[in-house]
Amino acid sequence: MTSAAREISFGFTLQRENSERMSVRFSLPAFRRLFDEIGPVDQIGVEERVAKYTTRSIKKNSKLWGLKTAVSMVDLTTLEGKDTPGKVASLCRKALRPHDDPEIPQVAAVCVYPAMVRHARRVLGSDTAVRIASVATSFPSGQAPLRTRIGEVKSAVADGADEIDMVINRGAFLAGEFDRVQDEISAVKEAGGTATLKVILEVSELETYDNVRAASFIAMEELREGDFIKTSTGKTSLNATLGNNQVMIEAIRDFFLDTGIAISMKPAGGIRTAKQALQFLIAVKETLGDAWLNNARYRFGASSLLNDLLRQIEKEKTGAYQAPYYFSEAAESY
Amino acid sequence: MSTLASEKKKSSSRNGRAAPELIFGDLWEYDPSPETADPKLKSRYELFINGEFVAPKSGKYFDSINPANELKLAEIALAGAADVEAAYQAAQNAFDKTWSKLAGRERAKYLFRIARLLQDRAREFAVAETLDGGKPIKESRDFDVPMAAAHFFYHAGWADKLEYVAPGARVAPLGVVGQVIPWNFPLLMLAWKIAPALAMGNCVVLKPAETTSITCLKLAEIIRDAGLPPGVVNFVTGAGEVGAAVMAHPLAAKVAFTGSTEVGKIIMRSLAGSGKKMTMELGGKAANIVFDDAPLDQAVEGIVNGIFFNQGHVCCAGSRLLVHEPVADQVIAKLKNRIRVLRVGDPIDKNTDIGAINSKEQLRKITELVDSGVKEGAEIFQPACRLPTKGFYFRPTIFSDVTMSHRIAREEIFGPVLSILTFRTVDEAIEKANNTAYGLSAGVWTDKGSRILKMSTELKAGVVWANTYNKFDPTSPFGGYKESGFGREGGRQGLLDYGKLA
Repeated sequence: MTSAAREISFGFTLQRENSERMSVRFSLPAFRRLFDEIGPVDQIGVEERVAKYTTRSIKKNSKLWGLKTAVSMVDLTTLEGKDTPGKVASLCRKALRPHDDPEIPQVAAVCVYPAMVRHARRVLGSDTAVRIASVATSFPSGQAPLRTRIGEVKSAVADGADEIDMVINRGAFLAGEFDRVQDEISAVKEAGGTATLKVILEVSELETYDNVRAASFIAMEELREGDFIKTSTGKTSLNATLGNNQVMIEAIRDFFLDTGIAISMKPAGGIRTAKQALQFLIAVKETLGDAWLNNARYRFGASSLLNDLLRQIEKEKTGAYQAPYYFSEAAESY
Repeated sequence: MSTLASEKKKSSSRNGRAAPELIFGDLWEYDPSPETADPKLKSRYELFINGEFVAPKSGKYFDSINPANELKLAEIALAGAADVEAAYQAAQNAFDKTWSKLAGRERAKYLFRIARLLQDRAREFAVAETLDGGKPIKESRDFDVPMAAAHFFYHAGWADKLEYVAPGARVAPLGVVGQVIPWNFPLLMLAWKIAPALAMGNCVVLKPAETTSITCLKLAEIIRDAGLPPGVVNFVTGAGEVGAAVMAHPLAAKVAFTGSTEVGKIIMRSLAGSGKKMTMELGGKAANIVFDDAPLDQAVEGIVNGIFFNQGHVCCAGSRLLVHEPVADQVIAKLKNRIRVLRVGDPIDKNTDIGAINSKEQLRKITELVDSGVKEGAEIFQPACRLPTKGFYFRPTIFSDVTMSHRIAREEIFGPVLSILTFRTVDEAIEKANNTAYGLSAGVWTDKGSRILKMSTELKAGVVWANTYNKFDPTSPFGGYKESGFGREGGRQGLLDYGKLA
């Protein structure tokens, strides 16, 4: 309400504002138009919709296909203060060879802090399909000067990162400085060069689905085909949920149908079981369709998920659950 | 808002690019996932009179088939006038000797027992309901059976609190109540009918629809197991003549009917002047109204839920979509993409969204009305889904470019068929929504609270859902305006329709 009121007053005061203030205020009506265009989200409706995904029953071959596809979509992650080159090396080995079974695919990427990128690159080498993603931009808060964040992105890419997972400026978003959010995304994209960009909205700090949808569009307007929007850092109390995922993939769908640009999606944090992963994939299948059921368009930011997927794959194949010590442990993050 | 979107689309087509499209193909097919619980069907079902399963005096039976594959499920007893007479005598006897004399807290115990026994056998009942009626197992499992149990629980709670149901007055039961229920929610309608009647202290003679008698007669097993005194609840099965006999019987102090407006009118005519109390829950042609500020994806979900729930065999189905002109194209485009992922097929599969049409007769009626829509020039859209070769199925269907003069905008189709009309102003929406002989339900989708309040006052409908659709609760009264009937079911109001002030 306040923003709307402010918007009305601009019409009269615009001429007399100095240019610096004007650049901020000029864009607000444009964003209001954008938000009007994309429309609101009803929380109860979204949660009812996603509850239906959890009643789907996935059996036999379709389950096996879903589990293997999910393995190939994992961004195997370690993001801890206590990460060491040794821990990252073990993560990379797990990414290259998740299990003894040769039919099981490699994961999509490893995801590490910028300081760990060069260690990951050393283990993975240059001739590998497993990509290196790095959470640059003062992850997870993003509360550092833009200059610092840009520097971090550049150094991660120089060390061999293929993908940059950036956080948006939630403070700016909540203060209504949408153009600043967008400009920073643009600056990070430029700093990353050809690296794939993943924009973390940190949904739990945006709090409402309306905000999640709005932030998705603000980000997508800056992104290239193949770049991602991502739910969360995994560092807050509430991370990826089916509800957040649904709002974001519906935004991706609407943006695609409007512009033809296919943005990718990465839910991260809180997805620990194979059952959850299948529910997220059902949401993708029934909302975005077949073109998003691959790891160029959809990823899971996770660590403990991987071994549960492997356990369930072995269970489908052998009919019995295997002891946990048959599966190598390499990560214990979100 | 739509102007911006459409300008962008135009510019992309100017660039010669094909319009982007989503692919809902077979990359990841769901394997069949049938519900495997045993429905424990008998090969022959008898009448339930005076606490016992008895053969019909005529010795005649009719077949009940599974509409999903047209195979016979069981034989059902065909009641005659003599059987209806026996049922009423048993009910009157039970009313005079036991049921009306029992304390409310004692009646409550029986109702609680029925509710719990139904919960115990929930999966079995869900499968039976799906086999007999054709509705998807996910609906019978997640909606019909739990909601039926909830109605027994709710009314069990009322049975010992009747002195508070009408403040300042005492209520008394009416006597024997004759009830006839439809085939769209066989078990749930049964619960809606008998739970309040029993809580108030009445006895019941009830006839289920002839295509869906099985769960009714299975519930008779539960009623017997619950130890309900003989004659308190009696079930007679058969078609229209049996229903007419149940409605017209002189011992019936009240009749309650749920079904078509056409049959409701016949009943009302035949009972005029008889002094019987009546409640009628009849047809509908509900308007589901979407404004341009609505949360559109959730509105689309509500539209789908409103018209495709239970194959559209819902009296309060949102069968007329009234959509604000600025967002009409957008809503229709979203709706089409949503319908493309609906799964039509074997109702017993846990992933089926739309099951089988209840009967050949109903399928014929739907087909006839859809043909009329095409003939009258409305634009039809159906997704290209595969239908099973045996059984009665109909694709989810939407008609755009419909006007108020089309038959598909006026007549109740009772199938998975949506008619889309547009409007420009709030007043026009209200006028179109109320321009029907029916008035059972309506839906309003908007982000604006004040508009919801205005619409709910002006819409002539018994239920107005705001930013949702097809929500039911035992505590909430349900019933119609105009030719959708009178009287309420559920809540305090529904309970009062089964009693008199004393």
